[in-house]
Amino acid sequence: MALKEVGPMEPIRTHMQIPREELIAPGHSACQGCGHFIIVRHLLKAAGPNTIVVNPTGCLEVVTTVFPYSSWKVPWIHVAFENGGSVASGVEAAIKSLQKKGILPKDERINVVVFAGDGGTVDIGFQSLSGMFERRHKVVYVLLDNEAYMNTGIQRSGSTPYGAWTTTTPVGKRWKGEWRVRKDMMQIAVAHHVPYAATINPAYPVDMYNKMVKALKAEGPAFLHAYSPCPTGWRFDPSLTVEVARMAVLTGYWVLYEYDHGNYKVTVPVLKRKPVREFVKMQGRFRHMTEEQIKKLQEIIDEQVEHINKLVGKTVIGPVVEEQKK
Amino acid sequence: MTLPGWKELPEGAVVREPGNTVTISTGEWRVFKPVIIDEKCTRCRLCWIYCPDGTIIEVDDPNAPLGKRYEVDYEHCKGCGICWKECPVNAIEWVPEER
Repeated sequence: MALKEVGPMEPIRTHMQIPREELIAPGHSACQGCGHFIIVRHLLKAAGPNTIVVNPTGCLEVVTTVFPYSSWKVPWIHVAFENGGSVASGVEAAIKSLQKKGILPKDERINVVVFAGDGGTVDIGFQSLSGMFERRHKVVYVLLDNEAYMNTGIQRSGSTPYGAWTTTTPVGKRWKGEWRVRKDMMQIAVAHHVPYAATINPAYPVDMYNKMVKALKAEGPAFLHAYSPCPTGWRFDPSLTVEVARMAVLTGYWVLYEYDHGNYKVTVPVLKRKPVREFVKMQGRFRHMTEEQIKKLQEIIDEQVEHINKLVGKTVIGPVVEEQKK
Repeated sequence: MTLPGWKELPEGAVVREPGNTVTISTGEWRVFKPVIIDEKCTRCRLCWIYCPDGTIIEVDDPNAPLGKRYEVDYEHCKGCGICWKECPVNAIEWVPEER
């Protein structure tokens, strides 16, 4: 119990060390049980008050800044959907320039963090993100992935998983939800040779916090892919947000791993994977799925897990083990 | 209600008070409310960690076990129930809201 709370940008060992200071105020209009805020709260605690937040359009921007109010206790700038990466690059370049001219203190550490949704990253903001990675700006890009355009009313995005219902992939006679396979954003980020990229999940706060600290300390662009359950769009009870997030990890649907200067590491190994049916039956967006579709989704996940095991070089995410019925 | 004209608004519609959503009450959204039973609480901090709105407040209290105690900010708690589901010792009760 002697473990004390740490300052900003210091790694932690248990959740008892997470600092108490809040950098995002309550009273915003996010839905009950929104996964975004568990992530944003802890990532801002890790970054500390010396942070500039760039926020492309998305749920997070809409709910926190209803004029004349703002939830943010750190400098915050809103930009259009497609240029989160470029504005963050500009902010970072301006800080560098002002430090060179001696207007800002030279040794002061100012973090630049982008919080973007999956629409603003995977589809619309893709080119500016790629440019930011290529130019080697020292920015942490956090992708808050709720797997559709939830802010405008649940339209599909490039990150929507196979089989999911959205308003633009409806369920009827011909269409049975989304039929395409989602983009693998982690591998796209790694293909840009970024120094640090990782996947995070709100059900594992210590892992999430330490990955943010590592991302802030990286000498170039860093990418964090956050899994953010959305009770409204995924059709589940708000109290289950953390349970759904945890089940995604336990079924191998969401693998928590990092890419640190060329080395892959799975931070939360799952030796006995649960069948994906357990994850599917928690959510209303998968309610229509037939046995065939669930089988196909299981195959997609098996392939993804096998790919990650190959990258790591050993079996860290184990095979599916059906639980014995009592 | 009179809205300010364009001359009275700050340039670029900048919000000059950081974190002023704290003045908005979101407590009315609630149907059920969490009630922390202090005797059962083991101070594991998980409700504080998982609360999306930061409405579980950690209070230093020298008389309480381990020197702290948890309180709910009913002004802002939206009643999502994550704390109730995640509490490992069932120290949070889920009580219907009465108004």
